[in-house]
Amino acid sequence: MLNMTIDLTSKPGSAKANKTGGWRTFIPKTDKNVCIGCGTCERVCPEDAIEMKKDKRHKGLRPKTDMNFCKGCGLCAEECPVKAIKMEREEK
Amino acid sequence: MTNTNNQILEGSRAIALTIKKIRPGVISAYPITPQTHIVEDLSQFKADGEVDYEYVRAESEFAAASIVEGASATGVRVYTATSSQGLLLMTEVLYNIAGMRLPVVLTCANRGVSAPITIWNDHQDSVTMRDAGWIQFYAENHQEAVEQHIIAYKVAEQLGLPAMVNIDGFVLTHSYESVRIPSEADIKKFLPDYKPKKNGYLDPANPKTMGAFATPAHYMEIRQALHDDMVDALKVIIGEYQAYREIISDSAPFSTSKQLMDNGLLEYHGPKKAKTIIIALGSVAGTIKEAFERSNNVGVLKLKVMRPFPEQHVLDIIEQVKPQNIAVIEKAISLGAEGPLAMDIKTALYGKTKAKVQSFIAGLGGRDITKSMIKKIARDIEKEDDEVKFVGSVN
Amino acid sequence: MKQIRLHGRGGQGVVTAAELVAIAAFKNGYEAQAFPSFGVERTGAPVQAFARVDKKFIRTREQVSNPDILIILDSTLIGTVDLFSDCDKKTQVIVNTTKKAKELGVTFGPDEKKLPLRNITAVDATKIALDIFGKNLANTTILGALAKAVPFITLESLKEAIAEKFQEKGEAIVEKNIQAVETAHNS
Repeated sequence: MLNMTIDLTSKPGSAKANKTGGWRTFIPKTDKNVCIGCGTCERVCPEDAIEMKKDKRHKGLRPKTDMNFCKGCGLCAEECPVKAIKMEREEK
Repeated sequence: MTNTNNQILEGSRAIALTIKKIRPGVISAYPITPQTHIVEDLSQFKADGEVDYEYVRAESEFAAASIVEGASATGVRVYTATSSQGLLLMTEVLYNIAGMRLPVVLTCANRGVSAPITIWNDHQDSVTMRDAGWIQFYAENHQEAVEQHIIAYKVAEQLGLPAMVNIDGFVLTHSYESVRIPSEADIKKFLPDYKPKKNGYLDPANPKTMGAFATPAHYMEIRQALHDDMVDALKVIIGEYQAYREIISDSAPFSTSKQLMDNGLLEYHGPKKAKTIIIALGSVAGTIKEAFERSNNVGVLKLKVMRPFPEQHVLDIIEQVKPQNIAVIEKAISLGAEGPLAMDIKTALYGKTKAKVQSFIAGLGGRDITKSMIKKIARDIEKEDDEVKFVGSVN
Repeated sequence: MKQIRLHGRGGQGVVTAAELVAIAAFKNGYEAQAFPSFGVERTGAPVQAFARVDKKFIRTREQVSNPDILIILDSTLIGTVDLFSDCDKKTQVIVNTTKKAKELGVTFGPDEKKLPLRNITAVDATKIALDIFGKNLANTTILGALAKAVPFITLESLKEAIAEKFQEKGEAIVEKNIQAVETAHNS
């Protein structure tokens, strides 16, 4: 019983187990030709789902979004300085 | 449904609308789930200019209780509401309010107690306060909650005793069902404006101190007087329940032909002679009634008042119905002993019946209590040993 | 008695939808009850709410198992949360989805038998809501489909319920919600 009480205490890392991708109504679509690789989207993403990565076809970095965690909030699209991200309705 | 006064409302809103019509002079509260909607509505009425009470936002439940205590001591009608940790934080003030004989009325939206943190419903909060000198009502549904608030004020102001109306958190506070709220005129006919007793309140023109100090020469008599008045409250509650039926509503809410007794303190629902009686407080009584609607051998005894404890009335029912087994299902436990209500029932029946009385703990921290769990209790009670049972627990 | 269980995620208005079902049934002359099952109070977490409708006052307070009607506001819950194991072959299921009923994989019972297609209503409530509100407010919208599928609420009683429930939010909100349920009802 004592173990149960202790196990119920929250442990670090549980955010990874709780995949928030299922919440999406809208999905971000990035036009990588318009994107300037500034990383604003990576910084504003509340789920930490965006990572700036090297991209062979473009100079500099481009965002890679982990759809397991993107909840479709649209902050990235809102904050993008060059409006390279569009939120589109996801079919489901 | 033919009655046009019938509305469908959230439980919290039904209570807030009732309090508005009762017209307290001062309301103070600190928000805590699941009580929040009640005081949100009451502060909204104030903000919208619909009422003339003072609404005081407190910085804690201790402060909220202290504010209504002080206001009540000046001779006005007051109201507060809380839950769980909030009620526990009020503890010291609640004892003071009772000791000073102030007719404060409080709604407790019942919720379990930490740790671990739970926002969900059980009765541990209010049951823990049973020795504080407050009258404790427990409501089964919205209608009963509305009526108990009105009756609570009437009884409290008559006897100089505080009263707490308990409603199950979420189950009643956040649920919608049909309810009839009496008109302000009808309420006023039953519950006239509050007039404190002469010299019984703080008044700059007639200075006095309340609750100050009592030496061993007096303290015990003062406590005994408080106890005696609590016991007398049993008669007063029965009388006022009757008066309520005559003045405001002539029929008890949702009464049925299976009801043998309903007097404001308790209600028996079931066959005239039953093999088993199930005793419970609050909203779960509805589930229990429905579980045994067609039963010829199981009856339900719902206590509407836990303090003062209606010992003689419980005994009357038991002697009349003559059960072999009594299952007390409650949402609280005196840790290391058993259910507090089961202890009360055993005390009441000691030496008076051969029936077996067993304590069942259910629904702690919001665990769902199903009809099938309840039916199993009635089926198995004869085979059970005397130990306290945790219904539906995996341990 | 008819028992209704609603599933969705925190923030989608599941509880409000259950309350509207109860109010609409009451306006249509029935006794009704609605209550939430709060899980963790967090946007996105799976949430359930319940409603019951009967000709006499409802006393039971237990959560709804074996529902007569199951309303799913978020189709991503299918397959991730246990929705159907306590349903039977008579359960009516209303799903907010872009898919067709036969594509949804709706089952019943612990051994996951296929639910007859005639029991399933697939409605793209999100699309209707986006067109009308510009937001995914599928909770009231999907009730238009419910009003069409069951006898105990009508489009009229649902509109009355919306007008009462959203009264304080202003006329424009009431109008839009009514438009949304009408569209779902007629689709």
